[in-house]
Amino acid sequence: MLLSVEDIKKSFRSAGSVVDILRGVSLTLDAGETLALTGESGSGKSTLLHLVGGLDAPDSGTIMLDGQDITTLDDAGRAALRRAQVGVVFQQFNLIPSLSVADNIAFQARIAGRYDPKQSAEMAARMGLAEQMRKYPEQLSGGQQQRVAIARTLAARPRLVLADEPTGNLDEATADDVLDLMVEMTKASGAALLMVTHSERLAARLDRRLHLRAGAVA
Amino acid sequence: MTPTVLRALFSHWRRNKLQLFTLLAGLALATALWSGVQAINAEARASYDAAAATLGEGQFDQIVRADGEPIAQADYIALRRAGWLVSPVVEGRLNGQRLVGLDPLTAPGGLGPVTLEEGSDVSAFVTGAGQVFAQAATFAALGPTEATQVISPDVAPGTILTDIGVAQRLLGAEGQVQRLLVAPDQPLGQPSLDEITDGLVRQVAQGGSDVGRLTDSFHLNLTAFGFLSFAVGIFIVNGAIGLAFEQRRSVVRTMRALGVPLNWLILLMCFELLLFAVIAGAIGVALGYVIAASLLPDVAATLRGLYGADVGGTLQIRPAWWLSGMAIAVGGTALAAGAALWKLARMPLLAAAQPRAWALSGGKALFWQAGAAVGLLLMSVLLGVFASGIAAGFGLLASLLIGAALALPLILSAILSVARKLARGPVAQWFWADTRQQLPGLSLALMALLLAMSANVGVSTMVSSFRLTFVGFLDQVLNAELYVYTADEAETATFLQVAEPLANAILPLMSTDRSIASLPAELFSARDEQTYRDNWTFLQSVSQPWDVLARGEGVLINEQLFRRADLALGAMVEVAEGVTLPVIGIYGDYGNPIGQAIITEELFQTLYPEVQPTRFGVRIPAEEVQSLRTALKEAGLADANMIDQAGIKAFSLEVFDRTFTVTTALNILTLAVAGFAILMSLLTLAALRVPQLAPIWALGITRRQLGFYELCRAMLLAVLTAAVALPLGLALAWVLLSVINVEAFGWKLPMFVFPAEYLRLGLFALVAACIASAWPAIRLARTPPAHLLKVFSNER
Repeated sequence: MLLSVEDIKKSFRSAGSVVDILRGVSLTLDAGETLALTGESGSGKSTLLHLVGGLDAPDSGTIMLDGQDITTLDDAGRAALRRAQVGVVFQQFNLIPSLSVADNIAFQARIAGRYDPKQSAEMAARMGLAEQMRKYPEQLSGGQQQRVAIARTLAARPRLVLADEPTGNLDEATADDVLDLMVEMTKASGAALLMVTHSERLAARLDRRLHLRAGAVA
Repeated sequence: MTPTVLRALFSHWRRNKLQLFTLLAGLALATALWSGVQAINAEARASYDAAAATLGEGQFDQIVRADGEPIAQADYIALRRAGWLVSPVVEGRLNGQRLVGLDPLTAPGGLGPVTLEEGSDVSAFVTGAGQVFAQAATFAALGPTEATQVISPDVAPGTILTDIGVAQRLLGAEGQVQRLLVAPDQPLGQPSLDEITDGLVRQVAQGGSDVGRLTDSFHLNLTAFGFLSFAVGIFIVNGAIGLAFEQRRSVVRTMRALGVPLNWLILLMCFELLLFAVIAGAIGVALGYVIAASLLPDVAATLRGLYGADVGGTLQIRPAWWLSGMAIAVGGTALAAGAALWKLARMPLLAAAQPRAWALSGGKALFWQAGAAVGLLLMSVLLGVFASGIAAGFGLLASLLIGAALALPLILSAILSVARKLARGPVAQWFWADTRQQLPGLSLALMALLLAMSANVGVSTMVSSFRLTFVGFLDQVLNAELYVYTADEAETATFLQVAEPLANAILPLMSTDRSIASLPAELFSARDEQTYRDNWTFLQSVSQPWDVLARGEGVLINEQLFRRADLALGAMVEVAEGVTLPVIGIYGDYGNPIGQAIITEELFQTLYPEVQPTRFGVRIPAEEVQSLRTALKEAGLADANMIDQAGIKAFSLEVFDRTFTVTTALNILTLAVAGFAILMSLLTLAALRVPQLAPIWALGITRRQLGFYELCRAMLLAVLTAAVALPLGLALAWVLLSVINVEAFGWKLPMFVFPAEYLRLGLFALVAACIASAWPAIRLARTPPAHLLKVFSNER
């Protein structure tokens, strides 16, 4: 088993009161498997994704990634985890505006120490970005930018790909293409994909689906 | 990982070249102004030290005659025979240059900065025609001498160093020495000075050169000015770094999300800034050198005129100055970037990026800013009322300036808010509201402009007041039309014989140095003459002070003595052994570093019969001055010993005009830096402005009109800032004249206002704002419609 999430709880303080976002969520994910995380707005999907990716720490519970409990890691340990094992695709593309498309795609692979120019170029080509490599993010459309963000994640060959509404800014046809590619490449590299989505249609394309309601698995 | 992250960080600057230029230029300008002033100070201090090393000032005890006259060589020999390890010093003027003769075999400091290995030897130094050592410029002014001239760059400017015998011969002062240097180690059981000869006193070494202490205040003021300019530059750097870091918040978040540790990221950003600081620092120090080299001749002239301190007119490169320049660049960057780095370090990983946050200020931040401004302004009032000392003076200055700078955005916001409420018509309402919205983004640049303008108003008011007061003072003091110096009693008799029949009045000027109220001072005589009654004004006096003085029943003292000794009218001061008189008047004595007292001529002659007048003021109709000079020359008096009033006044005013050159240059540079701050702020804001202006354009305002409104906005803000700068500048001038000057120099200057000068300055500021805003305005007017349309596009 690649990922095991056990009884995760998380709350936030908002306007003087405590809001429980996750109320004891558990899930598992194997290598090569894809899982859709669905639910209404405010159900805790993105928060769960952030906790699994080591972007935040839970109040209680355990998250085991490849046999390591990531909830015990400090800030530097979580940064190392994100660098080495996790790849995150955000809804907002989060590209580095001052770097070219080629440099953006290579960025994560470089800092993870797994940069392979040939593989990065291939990834770009498969994403339909071969002609855009010298351009800067501001010169691309939203769909193109999202494809750069996905290529950046996959070029680093992470063990776990986390995607938060990765196609939320794309039209339906482009969204289908991008998702197909992401699933294919994830499976081909033996990684796992955990994707947050509102779309029933997209969720249906993944291996499994987990629905959250008010911070708990429905 | 490190090269990849560094590459990503640097790519920001590659894509934002204007921002990089702002950062580097702001830092370089700040460093240049600071290090330029420091270079001038370092050069001046090095000159004082060289002078001190040459003359033994401050390092060794000295023996001089109590009456200030030269010491007979026989007295020197008597002291040596009695076991005193003393060394003679001869000093005088030769063609306007200071000639110092030392005895290389007995001088405790050797020959000061000169070593005889440098192209000479002792025998050549003391025998034959001898050798004289000086800088090339000094020799050029001196002209040819019978002694061999050896160029020595380490000798103080304007000073010629030679053997005592050579000096006596060149000065025509055989058998006389001015003072004796006392070696630090003296044999035990030597007889006291009184037992050997009369009239000699020992002056204890004071651990530093007198001239160094005298000019400290001048350099302190220059340093304060340099620091103010530096602060203006740091405002620019702070703005550039603040904007850059805000723009990179999302990048920092992305890099952290991708696994770059926060600490490492902050460290790399510090390295990035350090690199910029070193590059900008090096440019700044080089620029500072250029500024200092161009200003130094005027500073040297000012110091020579005000204090008689000789400073070389050329600049040398000193490692300490380079290092301090680089250190201030790095320190300034750290200061400017500290808050931005701190915010970044505390930013949660999942915080949303806010690209407009830099340009907007929250209500909480404004509350703290208002609190700090009120607190600092209150502190300045408290310091002004209750504190004393030069440190408190500068504390008052700092709290006043920073407090006012912090208050500026709030004041402008209030004014714009009122204007918005009074505006009629949609465009006018939008203009005022939009101007108010731009304030946070422009506030740093406007604060820099405020500081620059108030410094301009303050310093020019101080210098102009000083000039006006000094000119009036010269008219008061230099009331005689001709001043004549005589060499001896015979020449005095000749002078009186020729001058008395032609002159309306002759005013002999006698003086002696003595301690008054435990402070070193000069005691002068004054003849009971109508001239004094007509021209002198007092800061404080009893009724009819000249009548009281003429009766020998009182003493007049200068302001320096009055303040330093904490005297008051009626206070008793000792004017001679066992003779005390009440203070009957206090007069302004601008530019004089030490205390002075005046008693009537009859009393002076009774108390100091050994002092004979050798200086005389001659009252004579102006048109007859030349004929008197001719008559005196024909009678054998040297023309060089006659100075007419116009000559002295011209010299004094020249000193002030040179001072003006220095302060005007620094003023213009500071204002230029502030103008640059406005330009850079407007240019960096321009990109953020497009989403705000595009809807207005879409509603029917042309791009040209938008550009015009941008220009008007910048000029309006400059005018409002100038309106705040004027009272602040006058307050600054008041602090400089009434607090700092009193603490530093011992006298208070009356303050005058110069409305025409302020109007000119306001126009300069307006021109600077106009030039600074013209480029962004033109750019806006020429923005392609496609660029504005992007704002409405959902594609991106």
